[in-house]
Amino acid sequence: MNNAWKIVIGVVIGFVAVFGFPFYYNLGKANVAPKLKYDTPAILEYEKEHGKKECVEPKEFMAKEHMQLLNTWRDEVVRYGQRIYVNSRGESFHISLQNTCLNCHSNKKEFCDKCHNYLAVNPYCFSCHIVPKEKQS
Amino acid sequence: MKILIPFFAVIALVVIALVGAQASHALFGIWIPYAAVLIFVFGFIFKVLKWGRSPVPFRIPTTAGQMKSFAPWIKQNKLDNPSSSLGVLGRMLLEVLAFRSLFRNTKTQLYPGTKLTYGSEKFLWLGGLAFHWSFLIIFVRHFRFFMQDVPYPIQIVEHLDSFLQIGAPLLYITDVVLLGAVTFLFLRRVMMPQIKYISLPADYFPLLLIFGIGATGVLMRYFAKVPVVSVKELVMGLLTFSPVIPQGISSLFYAHLFLVSTLLAYFPLSKLMHMGGVFLSPTRNMANNNREVRHINPWNYPVHVHTYEEYEDDFREKMKKAGLPVEKE
Ligand code: HEC
Ligand code: HEC
Ligand code: HEC
Repeated sequence: MNNAWKIVIGVVIGFVAVFGFPFYYNLGKANVAPKLKYDTPAILEYEKEHGKKECVEPKEFMAKEHMQLLNTWRDEVVRYGQRIYVNSRGESFHISLQNTCLNCHSNKKEFCDKCHNYLAVNPYCFSCHIVPKEKQS
Repeated sequence: MKILIPFFAVIALVVIALVGAQASHALFGIWIPYAAVLIFVFGFIFKVLKWGRSPVPFRIPTTAGQMKSFAPWIKQNKLDNPSSSLGVLGRMLLEVLAFRSLFRNTKTQLYPGTKLTYGSEKFLWLGGLAFHWSFLIIFVRHFRFFMQDVPYPIQIVEHLDSFLQIGAPLLYITDVVLLGAVTFLFLRRVMMPQIKYISLPADYFPLLLIFGIGATGVLMRYFAKVPVVSVKELVMGLLTFSPVIPQGISSLFYAHLFLVSTLLAYFPLSKLMHMGGVFLSPTRNMANNNREVRHINPWNYPVHVHTYEEYEDDFREKMKKAGLPVEKE
């Protein structure tokens, strides 16, 4: 006598149910990364003035480090009272989550949230900070 | 040497991935991970089915509690010495989830002279729990990279893990606990002479490998950040069997992925198989019902026996002559 049938059940549960989960959960779903839009009124206006669409810092940096940048911004304001940020291009920005980031990215639902939902990130910032009215072009 | 070989093996793996990923993203981002998963799944199933074919021994009642008795006033310890399948299930669950056997770990000390003492030693239990649980939580958390729409339970896990709200991106508690616990388990092997004596390269290698995986992960999240959206694209490509290599992912990610692939491929060949093996430990998965149920040796083959009746049939007349009593006239 041996326990073969119990082991077969265990393997079925272990591998098919648990480890196979990501495979069959995604069956038939397309692999689409979020498409981000940069055509809000504020960005278009910035483009008119500067000739191109730019973020506070280069795009590659922003994609990886924007949370760290926001963290530094917050520290600058609430700890050191410093409300002006000079970026790597020498332009200065008023330090504000609501009035700077979300002024350009006034399409939060189609921008910040798109990425964050894709990766199940849920910044707690907006339990205090107000999201300005969505503006899209 | 027993430590240096696995140490340099892990370093070599990292270097291979850092250099190799530059040469071929597809090899390190697609083919090696696929191969590793195949080895993991089929190796694991092969190992477990092989174990499953071996005969189950007689019930082993090496337990830590009172067995079920015919006398009603003797109280049975139902969890430590179960006599029913339900009790076995309870004991197994507690073993897997709470490591009760490690809780009984003792340390032996020889005092000057010949005085030998046994004391309780809970740090292995604590370290093991911290390590395995944080590993599990980290594994579950990673499912946010494995699913197109992340289900709510996984978001809850992530939320709880980051509830200290330190820094940005938020610090995960399990990242700290995992690295701490692996370091502790490693130092334990190095610093305790008895443990060091019985430790082999195969004991150090998984610890160092997992430390490498944790360290590259922590580096990617907090220090040398990678574009997480592209990383998810790559992973989802693998899972939907339409692999893609997005631009701009640094070699650090490929090093992480290569170490994980190594772990997966190494898994069925090593002591890490205790993940499946724990369910097959005879002292944990058998009810102690030796006296209630007759256990017939499963590999008994039919033996021809000569019964007393047959013996009497053969010798009845001679027995009567000799005055011996017979059962049948
Ligand atoms: C002047 C308008 C402006 C401001 C202010 C601004 N952004 Fe941007 N942001 C942009 C534009 C335009 C892009 C696209 C850049 C490109 O394509 O090179 C961008 C890109 C980004 C990206 C990268 C998206 C990707 O595709 O990977 C992130 C993240 C981001 N911004 C976050 C922020 C945050 C956080 C702030 C506040 C600290 C902020 N932005 C402030 C205009 C702005
Ligand atoms: C408990 C409520 C609360 C939460 C949560 C919170 N903040 Fe703030 N934040 C404040 C307050 C209050 C100020 C000070 C406003 C001022 O002085 O202008 C501030 C200021 C800031 C500033 C600079 C000033 C401005 O107008 O933006 C930044 C940047 C900022 N927070 C970023 C963040 C980010 C990023 C998060 C999420 C990770 C966050 N905050 C979460 C309350 C909060
Ligand atoms: C390119 C995709 C992308 C865009 C666009 C984006 N984020 Fe993020 N954001 C991320 C990722 C990915 C993380 C988490 C990184 C991780 O988990 O390692 C993150 C994390 C954060 C965090 C830290 C929160 C935490 O729980 O760790 C804050 C704050 C944040 N983003 C704010 C913003 C704001 C505000 C915007 C819009 C102006 C924005 N992000 C747009 C991808 C994006």
